[in-house]
Amino acid sequence: MGIESADEVHDRTESGIPPIKRIVVNGEMPPVRVSQGEANGAPTHIAESFVIDQGAMAPAWTEERMKVESLGVRFDRKEAVKDVSIEVNSGEVLALIGPSGCGKTTLLRSLNKLVDLTPTAVRSGRIMLDGQDTDLMDDTLLRKKVGMLFQQPNPFPMSIFDNVAYGLRERGTKRPGKKELEPIVVDALERAGIWAEVSDNLSHPALSLSGGQQQRLCIARSLAVRPEVLLLDEPCSALDPISTAIIEETIVELKSEIAIVIVTHNLQQAERVADQVGFMYLGDLVEYGSVEQVFNAPMAERTKDYVRGDFG
Amino acid sequence: MVSGKSRRPIKARGSRKVRARGVWSIGDRVGLTIAWATGIFLCLVAFSVTIYLALKGVQYLNLDILISRPEAGTEQSETGGILDPMIGTLLLTILGTAIAAPIGVGIAIWLTEYGRPSLLARFVEAGIEMLVGAPSIALAIFGLLIFQNSFMAPFSFTAEGGAVFGRSFFAAGAIMSLIALPFVVGGTREALNSIPKHVREASYALGKDQASTIRRVLLPSARSGIATGTTLGMAQIIGETAVVVVLLGASLQLAPEGAIPVLDVLKGTGSTLTSYVYQNSPAGEGKAPEKAYAAAFVLLLIVIALNLFVNQISKRGRHTWG
Ligand SMILES: Nc1ncnc2c1ncn2[C@@H]1O[C@H](COP(=O)(O)OP(=O)(O)OP(=O)(O)O)[C@@H](O)[C@H]1O
Ligand SMILES: [Mg+2]
Repeated sequence: MGIESADEVHDRTESGIPPIKRIVVNGEMPPVRVSQGEANGAPTHIAESFVIDQGAMAPAWTEERMKVESLGVRFDRKEAVKDVSIEVNSGEVLALIGPSGCGKTTLLRSLNKLVDLTPTAVRSGRIMLDGQDTDLMDDTLLRKKVGMLFQQPNPFPMSIFDNVAYGLRERGTKRPGKKELEPIVVDALERAGIWAEVSDNLSHPALSLSGGQQQRLCIARSLAVRPEVLLLDEPCSALDPISTAIIEETIVELKSEIAIVIVTHNLQQAERVADQVGFMYLGDLVEYGSVEQVFNAPMAERTKDYVRGDFG
Repeated sequence: MVSGKSRRPIKARGSRKVRARGVWSIGDRVGLTIAWATGIFLCLVAFSVTIYLALKGVQYLNLDILISRPEAGTEQSETGGILDPMIGTLLLTILGTAIAAPIGVGIAIWLTEYGRPSLLARFVEAGIEMLVGAPSIALAIFGLLIFQNSFMAPFSFTAEGGAVFGRSFFAAGAIMSLIALPFVVGGTREALNSIPKHVREASYALGKDQASTIRRVLLPSARSGIATGTTLGMAQIIGETAVVVVLLGASLQLAPEGAIPVLDVLKGTGSTLTSYVYQNSPAGEGKAPEKAYAAAFVLLLIVIALNLFVNQISKRGRHTWG
C-alpha cells in the first residue's frame, strides 16, 4: 500500500503537529477515503476503528442548503475573507482547509452570523439559507437552523440532560417539561454517539465528562435543536485519536440528514470525512471541488503545494 | 504510541531548570531570606493573636454569656452577656449583604458583559475602586449626613423636636452594603472574565440571546465566584467597627423603634460584636474586659469559619473548559 508507516503519522498527531504528510506516497494509489471505503483498508490506525457500510452511507442525492455569494469580511482594514462563493449541500460534507489565518473560521462564522458579534467585523455579499437571505432572517432562527461546534469542548456548567435540553428551552411561559424533552434529548445523545456512555447519569455535571465525551455532548446539544446545517471548527484538534475517530464516524453518519461544513488542519481527516473540499489562502477560496479532485488533481499551484505539505 | 512519547525531551527540560537554581546571585539569596523571614514573622503574629484570643476566649466564654443580654453595670458580674451584639452582627450582615449582593452582581454583569455607555462604566469602576480605598469612618460620617435628612426620617428615630437621629440598623446596613459591594463586584467580575468567549458563543450559536445566555450560562458558571465575593464582603461587614459606632448608635441592647415587628428592630439602634468589644475593652469604657475577650473570640471564630467556607467554594466551584 502507498502508505507511510502508521507510526510516523501517529507521532505527528500526538505532538500536536498537524499530520500534513500525504498518505499516498508515489501517487499510483488513489487516496483512501473512509466514506468511500475503497476496500484498501484504513489509511491510518484511526480509521481502523470504524468501518462504514458504503452502500448505506454514500449520499444518493444532495440538495443545496446554503449558498454563499461573493462574501467578503473585513476586520477594520484587515480583509479576512475576499469575494468567496461556495455552496453547502445536505447529503455531503464540505471541508475547508488552508494555512492558519486564511479566513476559514471567519467564513464558517459568517454562515451563522456569529461573526457579527465582533464589533469591528464588516460583512458584504449574500448568504442564502434555503433560498432565503440570512440577513433578512432573525439571528435566533438562523442559529437554530445552522448549529456550530467549537474547537474547545464547551459544555455548560449544568447536567448532561440540561446541556442537551438547553437549546429547546425557550424563554416565556410555555417551557417544556422534562418528560416532554426526554425523547428529544435521548435521540440527540444517540445520534451523537454518546448515549451508551451517559445513559445512566444524565443528571451528572457535564463538565465531569472527558474531553472527547464533552465534544460529543456538544454535538448532541447542537443536534437537539434539529439544525439543517452543522458547522464544525477544528472539532477534533483538542482531542485524542480515539475520540477523533468516534467524532469522524458520527460526522459521516450525520451527513445523510444534515449538511456539514468542517474546518480542519488535518488533511487526512478532510480526506476521510469530506465529499467536497475548499482550499483557502489569504482570504481567497483558491480551489473548490470534490475531495478526489482537490487532493489528486489540484488545479491551482498553491493547492498542490499545500496538499503535498510543502507549506503549512 | 509509547515510543512517540518517550522521544519528547521533557526530562532534559526539567533538569535544566534544576540546574538554574544553583546560580542564584547574592541579591536573590538576600531577597529570598528576607521574604522567608517576613513570612515566618507574619505567621507568628497571626498564630499568637489567634492563640492568645483562643486562650482568653475559652477561659471566659460560657453558655450563659451567649444567651443572656448585655446589661449596664458597674461590676463585671452585672454586665450580662453578648446575645444582643450577636443578633446585631447577624442582622447587619444580612441587611448589608442583601443590598450588596444583587446590586454588586448586577454591576459586575453590566461592566463585563455590556460595558456601555463606556464613560459611565469607567466612572462606576472608579467609584468602586474608591469604595475599597475609602476609610470606613468617612463612609460612616457620609451615611450619617444622609440619614439625618428629614426625608430619611422613616429609617430611624425622630426626636420630639423633629430632629432625625440618623442611626439605625437601616442606616448602618446601607453603608455596610457599600463596604461589601466591591468584594461582590470583584468576585463576580473575576468569575465572568474567566469564562472563555467560546462558551458565550456556544449559547448564541444555539439561538439564544444575551439575556438568556447571562441567566442560564454565565451566572451559573460564575456561581462560586459570586459566593466567594459575597462571603468576603460578609466578613468585611462582620469585622467593621467604625460604621457601627457612628451609625448604629451606642445602646448595647437592641432598642426597637415603633410598633411593627422586625421593622421596629431595624429602625432602632443596637450593637454588634465589634462595637461590644470596643466598648467593653480597656480601649473603650473598659467595664467588662473578660466579656470583651469572649466576644472577640466569637468574632474570630466567625471570620475563620467564613474564610474556610470561601476556600471550600473556590476550590470546588472552579469550572474549567478545555
Ligand atoms: N476578531 C478579529 N479581529 C481582527 N482580526 C481578526 C479577527 N478574527 C480574525 N481576524 C483576522 O482574520 C484573518 C482570518 O482569521 P481566521 O480566524 O478566519 O483564520 P483561520 O483560517 O480560521 O485560521 P486558523 O487556521 O489559525 O484557525 C486573520 O488574519 C485574523 O488575524
Ligand atoms: Mg480558525
